[in-house]
Amino acid sequence: MVALLLLTALVSLAWTPFDPTLVDPSSPWLPPLSGGHLLGTDGSGRDLASQLLAGSQITAFTAVTAAVVAAVVGVGLAVLAAVPRRGGQLVAHLIDVLVALPTLLLAMVLAAVYGGSVGTAVAAIGIGTGVNVARVARAEMTSVLGTDYVLAARVAGAGTVRIVRRHVLPNVAPVLVVQLSLVLALAVLAEAALSYLGFGTPPPTPSWGRMLQDLQRYVTVHPLVVLWPGLAIALVVLGFTSLGDALREAIDPRLQPPGRAAPAAEVLP
Amino acid sequence: MTALLEIENLTIRVAGQTLVDDVSLRLDVGERLGLIGASGSGKSLTALAVLGLLPEGARVTGSIRLDGKELSGRSDRELAQVRGRRIGMVFQEPATALDPLMRVGAQIAGPVRRLTGATRSAAARRAVSLAASVGLPDPEALVRAYPHQLSGGQRQRVGIAIALAGGPDLLIADEPTTALDVTVQAEVLRLLDDLVRERGTALLFISHDLAVVAQVARRVAVLADGRLREHGPVAQVLHHPNDPVTRALLEAARRTSWHAPAAEAAQP
Repeated sequence: MVALLLLTALVSLAWTPFDPTLVDPSSPWLPPLSGGHLLGTDGSGRDLASQLLAGSQITAFTAVTAAVVAAVVGVGLAVLAAVPRRGGQLVAHLIDVLVALPTLLLAMVLAAVYGGSVGTAVAAIGIGTGVNVARVARAEMTSVLGTDYVLAARVAGAGTVRIVRRHVLPNVAPVLVVQLSLVLALAVLAEAALSYLGFGTPPPTPSWGRMLQDLQRYVTVHPLVVLWPGLAIALVVLGFTSLGDALREAIDPRLQPPGRAAPAAEVLP
Repeated sequence: MTALLEIENLTIRVAGQTLVDDVSLRLDVGERLGLIGASGSGKSLTALAVLGLLPEGARVTGSIRLDGKELSGRSDRELAQVRGRRIGMVFQEPATALDPLMRVGAQIAGPVRRLTGATRSAAARRAVSLAASVGLPDPEALVRAYPHQLSGGQRQRVGIAIALAGGPDLLIADEPTTALDVTVQAEVLRLLDDLVRERGTALLFISHDLAVVAQVARRVAVLADGRLREHGPVAQVLHHPNDPVTRALLEAARRTSWHAPAAEAAQP
């Protein structure tokens, strides 16, 4: 489903069946599969399928860039907070304070100050979810730093940078991947929510959230049209969460069936 | 002649509690010393103090000298030069002392590269030969395995190989056989004994098990509640204990050895 999202986003860059912003007053509320409109049209006669396709660009872009921001913010803060040295406690408290800030509110404030755009939405979602990632990652890193193999690495003369790079980051990676896949899913939802509220993607760029907002007024008359963007959002969110689980299993050799993990497995007595 | 390791009046306090109290020990080049005591008697803390790896908040007084050079109070960076190169350590729990996500070969080769400045491929070859020298079967294939694919005894052998990677003059073994079953225990003890003898490495062997210590060490020191209770040659301490704590430990060992035949085999 994730691959499908990225693929549709790519395809829509080059081609959509109709211009997603083209208003055709002669054919409003066409049912699906009529007049070449796969999913029909909305009240202004705009092609729904084309809008969905074009909206996937915003969704994919927001999700991926927000996840990158969240990863940088999360891992950075977590390392600063987890590695025992002066100031670590301070960073840990800072994370706790930032976690209390609601992501959507942050986005709205940013949008109010700097104007609603994809950039502010990405920054707000990335930072807002990044501190949550940081909190989870810090707890995980602290437990890794307390293990015998980290002590063993210190006994073998390894420095802090080396230990973080060689032992801590790989061991928290599975948790991070799951967290970041949740961030991807959250970012899709948050972007849709922001656009729905009018704080995200400015018109006329099509976005799933704004489609929902535009169409919700007609839900009692044309219930089907609202289904499409809603379904798209739900499927993509589901896709990102299941991607996280799959990646986690692929990364952690302990979760792999014996024999496939390493060729050495069969020869061991 | 200066001793390899000299600990004088070592006292460790954590949160107002004195966990190690005025302990003095001496270890010559190539010598083997057993450190015995019940759990919580301060054995492991003493070992970690030598490496400068005590938990944060621990307050240390006294002197720890390696080749006559003072270690306590030195910076972490300076101590990192000593760790691995001069002093290696084997841990109690082989299941947790290895990084679960790294192939064992990389875990041995890493310290080899860092400590000896070997190239990547030379370190990889050295890892295989170290794996062979600690008696791991089929070392070429085994270095590609992950820790969870190894048995407990094999993991502990990997731990020993890592501890030896930097060619240390002193090996600290903190209850290295406690987590292993009795037959594997005997093999690992024999291996440690052989390796230390071959390389002329000094050994500080920490255990609560008198029978095990008697197998590898010449001298033993008995710790109880952070204090040094008795110190002397193995035979003397085992057969003519002066201290009630030693006698109690001996008594406990006798009672358990009646249940465990392998411990009897360990008696001289």
